Amino acid sequence: MTILDTIVQGVLLGGLYALFAAGLSLVFGIMRLVNLAHGDLIVLAAFLILVLVNGLGLNPFLAVLIVMPLMFIAGYALQAVLLNRTLGKDVLPPLLVTFGLSIVLQNALLEGFSADSRRISAGALETASINLGAVTIGLMPLMAFLSAVAVIVGLNLLIYRTALGRAFRATSDDPVTAGLMGIRPRQVFAVATGLAMAVVAIAALYLGTRANFDPTAGPARLIYAFEAVIIGGLGSLWGTLAGGVILGVAQTLGAAVNPEWQILSGHLAFLAVLLIRPRGLFPRAVD
Amino acid sequence: MTALLETKGLKAFYGDFQALFGVDITVAEGETIAIIGANGAGKTTLMRALSGVLTNAPDSVFCRGEAVGALAAPDILARGIAMVSEGRRLFPSLTVEENLMIGAYGKRRGAWTLATVYDLFPILKERRANPATALSGGQQQMVAIGRALMANPDVLLCDEISLGLAPVVVRDIYAAFPRIRESGAAIVIVEQDIGQALKVANRVYCMMEGRITLSGRPEALSRAAIHAAYFGAQSHDHS
Ligand SMILES: Nc1ncnc2c1ncn2[C@@H]1O[C@H](COP(=O)(O)OP(=O)(O)O)[C@@H](O)[C@H]1O
Ligand SMILES: [Mg+2]
Repeated sequence: MTILDTIVQGVLLGGLYALFAAGLSLVFGIMRLVNLAHGDLIVLAAFLILVLVNGLGLNPFLAVLIVMPLMFIAGYALQAVLLNRTLGKDVLPPLLVTFGLSIVLQNALLEGFSADSRRISAGALETASINLGAVTIGLMPLMAFLSAVAVIVGLNLLIYRTALGRAFRATSDDPVTAGLMGIRPRQVFAVATGLAMAVVAIAALYLGTRANFDPTAGPARLIYAFEAVIIGGLGSLWGTLAGGVILGVAQTLGAAVNPEWQILSGHLAFLAVLLIRPRGLFPRAVD
Repeated sequence: MTALLETKGLKAFYGDFQALFGVDITVAEGETIAIIGANGAGKTTLMRALSGVLTNAPDSVFCRGEAVGALAAPDILARGIAMVSEGRRLFPSLTVEENLMIGAYGKRRGAWTLATVYDLFPILKERRANPATALSGGQQQMVAIGRALMANPDVLLCDEISLGLAPVVVRDIYAAFPRIRESGAAIVIVEQDIGQALKVANRVYCMMEGRITLSGRPEALSRAAIHAAYFGAQSHDHS
């Protein structure tokens, strides 16, 4: 494996991490809420896709189109019923509640699906690749990366070009004044979490087709997502993609030296960025 | 006839601290009301109760006869009451034009659109793509007023729009008021600048320490009476 190939694989892996992170970044940018159950929600969505693929024999790409609206509704309800009540001046309640939710989800998934590790089968696509001489690009990793770019372009269009996006930004700036504009902050937050969960469904597809997963796989995904968001700078979605790519490249480079170093070198890259730029690479100007 | 907007015995509290002690005001269709009073008199608290920012006086605020004191700001806006907050409170993440557009989020149709607001304040059109908070104080105040107009309100509440602005700038802003009135909106302005208030208002209320101390038509109020109602009886001798 050449170094170029290693870097390309890392970049593509970064797309997957950006997908893990985009929803987290969106929600944090709008309501300063860190959802510690984010990784477990990705795993939940992966199991939902698995059920549709194995149970009904659906194509996984079709299954994800069904799971996306389901996850949107789940996210909307989660925010409206539970998380909105935890928002306030104190930052601790949302952390405690989502930490609890993480444990509840893991146990419910264990109960429902056992501890066995599973995989979503994407058929022939799994092994399909494009050979570019020194570099071989797997079709699924490429699609994960392109999906991440598409998700970020889509979310940015929404945030910067639509009335809903203006409401997101205004509510993030000043919820009281947003209320005077006719915006209902709690409803806006529920839509944002719903969108984040729809993105989570896309992330779940590539999580489940790339490697095995089990009910306890969530927290590690949360850490990668978290690191991607922090490296990129809070509130910037392109920053989150850059963060994912840095993490992915660090991991594949580490793994190329010694396979056991993959995870460690990702965390080291994260720490290095934090040391040099504590606010991340592309922090939002207004905060 | 039921008033467009009315308070009856309005009390307001911040924790244990009582800021309003039974305030009665009425606003009729198309009227311009001024509320004057020194710092801390309770003017902003009154505006917050009228606009739905404060929602703990369910039986004391009425809009066209309906009790609205417990309704949140979006529901108050839906009834045609928009507010220009004290300190302008523009959204820093939004451009000038986006700040104006978000004023129409509640989707009340009427004469005020981006085009008519730009016609009222032409400088805003030139600066439409700038971040709102990059503008001068006077221009920011124009954005704040335009943003409230975009909701096509029946009542426009303006809290201290001249605060911190140079007199010429204040004059420019008040020059827009006749056109706002022509659009049919009733206007409630809160002012510490008594001269400005008396010039534009049909009716004036003076507040002191959480109470209405004087009300009437500007031409019917003597300087001495306003002075006493504004500063209180004791300080009357000092000036
Ligand atoms: N958020 C708040 N918490 C506690 N006290 C407040 C708050 N806002 C205003 N007050 C108090 O209520 C009284 C009236 O304030 P305010 O309505 O802002 O007066 P005005 O607008 O006439 O200057 C003042 O004594 C002020 O200190
Ligand atoms: Mg005030």
